[in-house]
Amino acid sequence: MSAAPAPSLAEVARRQAHCRYVLRLADTALVLGQRLSEWIGHAPELEEDLGLANLALDLIGQARLLLSYAGELEGRGRDEDALAFLRDAPEFSNLTLAEQPNGDFAHTIVRQWLLDCWQLEIYAALTDSADSRLAAIAAKALKETRYHHRFSSGWLVRLGDGTEESHRRVQAALDELWRFTTELFAPDAVDQAMQAAGIAAPLAQPAARWSARVDAELTAATLQRPATQPYPWHGKSGVHTEHLGHMLGEMQHLPRAYPGARW
Amino acid sequence: MTDDWPLFEVFIRSRSGLEHKHVGSVHAADARMAIEHARDVYTRRAEGVSLWVVRSTDITASDPGEAEALFEPARDKVYRHPTFYSIPDEVKNL
Amino acid sequence: MYTQALDVHGTEPVAAAAGEAARLAERFQARIDAEERIEPKDWMPDAYRQTLIRQISQHAHSEIVGMLPEGNWITRAPSLKRKAVLIAKVQDEGGHGMYLYSAAETLGVERGELVAQLLAGTAKYSSIFNYPTLTWADIGAIGWLVDGAAIMNQIPLCRCSYGPYARAMVRICKEESFHQRQGFEIMLTLAQGTAAQRDMAQDALDRWWWPAIMMFGPSDVESKHTAQSMRWKIKRFSNDELRQKFIDITVPQALYLGLTIPDHELRWDEAGQHYRGGAIDWNEFNAVLKGNGPCNRERLAARREAHADGAWVRAAAAAYADKERRRSAPTGEAS
Repeated sequence: MSAAPAPSLAEVARRQAHCRYVLRLADTALVLGQRLSEWIGHAPELEEDLGLANLALDLIGQARLLLSYAGELEGRGRDEDALAFLRDAPEFSNLTLAEQPNGDFAHTIVRQWLLDCWQLEIYAALTDSADSRLAAIAAKALKETRYHHRFSSGWLVRLGDGTEESHRRVQAALDELWRFTTELFAPDAVDQAMQAAGIAAPLAQPAARWSARVDAELTAATLQRPATQPYPWHGKSGVHTEHLGHMLGEMQHLPRAYPGARW
Repeated sequence: MTDDWPLFEVFIRSRSGLEHKHVGSVHAADARMAIEHARDVYTRRAEGVSLWVVRSTDITASDPGEAEALFEPARDKVYRHPTFYSIPDEVKNL
Repeated sequence: MYTQALDVHGTEPVAAAAGEAARLAERFQARIDAEERIEPKDWMPDAYRQTLIRQISQHAHSEIVGMLPEGNWITRAPSLKRKAVLIAKVQDEGGHGMYLYSAAETLGVERGELVAQLLAGTAKYSSIFNYPTLTWADIGAIGWLVDGAAIMNQIPLCRCSYGPYARAMVRICKEESFHQRQGFEIMLTLAQGTAAQRDMAQDALDRWWWPAIMMFGPSDVESKHTAQSMRWKIKRFSNDELRQKFIDITVPQALYLGLTIPDHELRWDEAGQHYRGGAIDWNEFNAVLKGNGPCNRERLAARREAHADGAWVRAAAAAYADKERRRSAPTGEAS
């Protein structure tokens, strides 16, 4: 029986880009979910403990679906846990914004809101993807994201238009986290490959819609949009801030301390 | 206390065709937040298709001290129940 | 209804004479004896009300503080599935606390007051949550033993005489069943795993067994509240009865896991058809209850910190709600 022809270099590159693309979505969801889970038991009110836990659960659920899919695309036998617990920071392709520490509640809400607005655009566009598996995951995730956005934008407004102290804190959080937004819609070779394959949509329109929504919601929250800070973050390519290493150290400890164990 | 959130009672319709049923309460700063809190606290297991939240202070309850006057008189008006009337078996559709 | 704004005593006249008070109390006890449910605005002896507020709020505090020992391992859960399940479990515990505070509020007390008592250190909560979770196996042990013991206590409470408490307990019991199963499943996976994992599981059992059986409270002869609580059907079985039932159910489970219960005196009593164990060290229980357990300070400190750090957030939400109310009623009408 003759062996199947070896894939062309172009095909290999396309598959790698596909896997990489899915991993970016997966890692962003995983890292953000992990950050949110740090709040459980420490939230500003009991109802918010449940609200934040709900966000964390949804995001980890998205991460699991996306990681499993990425593992299949990769074809090296790595499942969701192998990918989550046995990769080191340079192999993670989450957006840099997601790994930023929780800080105070204002910080967490701003980080969440910026990424919810991003997920709304990305998942909505992906529901039309040529990749039907990804489209299905995106459709499910989009419902969750709509609720997350309701939560985060609601809090953005309450904090922005609440007390002097809350306004000060949320503006400060916005000023600090804004620099990471340059990465959100900055296209690279992986994005271009996905667009060529009809798997992902071009980013210009989602970027414009994101910007318009952000502007409208900042206005409602009586907040100032910070000036653009063009530093090109590269979390999607595995170049992270110092925060990710510490987060992974905590998250990955057990499987690494007991190699081969089942949990 | 400036950071007190009022109490809201929560009612859930578990599926269409059924009424909303009282399930408990949540604290929230306003009604929009109360909906989210009610959703997060009381519908984690797909228990509902619709939520009502009402400020507890907006609910008027009948007074148990008046229960006799309010509810006893209905007990002896048995002619409101279909079983009070004898209709011969041969008569259909009644 | 559960409104706390209305007069919680209804329009029953304040008992002017001892005879009147006795008549009301008799009628109340007759309702209880007939297995009727008492609802929020019904007449009730003040001691019944106070006992319930104390018991329900202690239960609520326990759920909230109980989020902390397990919450300690969420970020380190060893698989994504275990992480998700643990988050869901801890979330449930927060929810249970809330159902219980809701029930307590129907008795005329505000949640803020109850929380203030907890943070001031004047309210009690289940002593089991003052123990540390030192390994992942502790998460399994807590689900298996602590939730197991809690379920034993909670099922009879579904038939408690006070309506809102009973209904909260029905809700809680429905949700609780997965908690114990996930704990046992963790223990089973560890017991069937590597030697290091088996040791981890045994070590957790060694540390959690005695605190778990102390959860049922002091022995019946020592327990001062039991008799009256039984008469009012707030409590349906005695501490010792429930403890014995728990031991009888759990020992075979430990045998199945291949783990050893840390009680050298444990043996099967063929005549009585029960497992009989060694004496409980009530000194430890009392020390933990008084605040001298391994984690009492840390647990309270964590709750105080969350509350303090959250004050500006709660204030912001209240301020915004206020602004919105005024914005939507510009003519100054009350809204």
